[in-house]
Amino acid sequence: MALYSDKVMDHFRNPRNVGVIEDADGVGEVGNAKCGDIMKIYLKIDNDTISDVKFETFGCGSAIASSSMATEMIKGKPVSEAMELTNRAVAEALDGLPAHKMHCSVLAEEAIKAALKDYYDKNGIEYDHTKFPDCASCGHCDL
Amino acid sequence: MKIYADNAATTKMSRTAIDAMLPYMEEIYGNPSSLHSVGQRANEALVSARERMAACLGCEPREIIFTSGGSEADNHAITSAARIGEKQGKKHIISTAFEHHAVLHTLNRLEKEGFEITLLDVHENGLITAKEVSDAIRPDTCLVTVMYANNEIGTIQPIGEIGAVCREKGVLFHTDAVQAVGHLHIDVKAQNIDMLSLSAHKFHGPKGIGALYAKRGVRLTNLIEGGAQEQGRRAGTENIPAIMGMAAALEEACAHMDANAKTVSALRDRLIAGLSEIPHSVLNGDAAHRLPGNVNFCFEGIEGESLLLLLDDKGVYASSGSACTSGSLDPSHVLLAIGRPHEIAHGSLRLTLSEETTAEEVDYMIRAVGDVVGYLRSMSPVWRDLVSGKNQFVTK
Repeated sequence: MALYSDKVMDHFRNPRNVGVIEDADGVGEVGNAKCGDIMKIYLKIDNDTISDVKFETFGCGSAIASSSMATEMIKGKPVSEAMELTNRAVAEALDGLPAHKMHCSVLAEEAIKAALKDYYDKNGIEYDHTKFPDCASCGHCDL
Repeated sequence: MKIYADNAATTKMSRTAIDAMLPYMEEIYGNPSSLHSVGQRANEALVSARERMAACLGCEPREIIFTSGGSEADNHAITSAARIGEKQGKKHIISTAFEHHAVLHTLNRLEKEGFEITLLDVHENGLITAKEVSDAIRPDTCLVTVMYANNEIGTIQPIGEIGAVCREKGVLFHTDAVQAVGHLHIDVKAQNIDMLSLSAHKFHGPKGIGALYAKRGVRLTNLIEGGAQEQGRRAGTENIPAIMGMAAALEEACAHMDANAKTVSALRDRLIAGLSEIPHSVLNGDAAHRLPGNVNFCFEGIEGESLLLLLDDKGVYASSGSACTSGSLDPSHVLLAIGRPHEIAHGSLRLTLSEETTAEEVDYMIRAVGDVVGYLRSMSPVWRDLVSGKNQFVTK
């Protein structure tokens, strides 16, 4: 279908890093089943580096592809770098998303941030709260 | 394997319909309003098409107005009834919550103009009763408009009974029969239907052509002003090739209706039985009062667009009522109207069969849907929370 780029379809058909990390150091879940998409990210962090990442997604093709691409982009990267991942970067790496699907890339960024926040909270690490916008700030799901 | 299972969206044109159109593009291309021979031959074809359409519906030829399709016919019927009502001081219209948007959006416009709209609840089975219509009729009701068969979940309303109630109470009755014409027996006189909308591409005819049946005496308000075509009720040079294709397709569909309905409904029931085996799935719409080709399920824990994309990869062309397929945030208003919660409605799948569908294709679809649903559930956090007991299943 021409709705999506080949890159989106590739990551949708063959998603990378699908699954669960049982002993994850950080878990983040964003979205709302009522809106039709939920993303859950599991992080394994060793020496301030994302040593492993898995995701589970309930959602459309671009939601699954965005999760897959976002996990690829932070895998093996320092936590500080993962914190800087933007939804725009995810969308660009997928060769673009249709305008009404951009929120899928926002969910991917937020899911990763939520997982990192969980990691910080669990380990008592100080962080800049302003860098973690809550899900409601997106305005996609006006419920 | 390539399986077209989206016949409620549109159908493949039949050979008969294509063959009926070609002469009117290549040889008899005249304008039926022209006085010369090639125009008059086109006019003869137009007269004949109108007669044949009328015979299929049980009305008089002059009661058929050709339109650009079902949406125009719906707009024309409802707007006309509202103008008639307005003159009599009647500004109340009764319809249902799960009509096609061609009806609902027209009603929204009228509501802004000061009409009062009652949308009847269609219940979990997607059916209303004639009594519910009767109870809703008020002295100021100018129109009842109820779709013959629903485009998403295929439920068939008791149109004859509703027609009888409306006739008894002297209220105009319109039905959007886009999904029904060519598939179900319709007799507008016996069923007391005052206006009916139809669309050719739902019964193997061409796109961009439809018709409005309006009973003699129902004064129509022009939506398109211009020439005197269609007895002055719809201006614009008639699309003769499309009209000929539509008439031929309708005649063919009506001639084989019983045989087609028997074959297609057997396939439908085989598909429903197969998909019901998928755990935590639910059939949408009544199982018995249902279009022969319509199958519509919700599967818990998954989202419809990804389901469609993966089915497309497997060669199955289907549709869904998920928000992601509509471009809006809300899932199908039809599924919400029958009480499906948002999260369930997002995981809907509509497979609509035709007489060209085979049992082999049905069995392939059962396997393909089962595989794709299982795969998507394996990566769904929603499914995980249902299986773990964190959240409750809604379906069995």
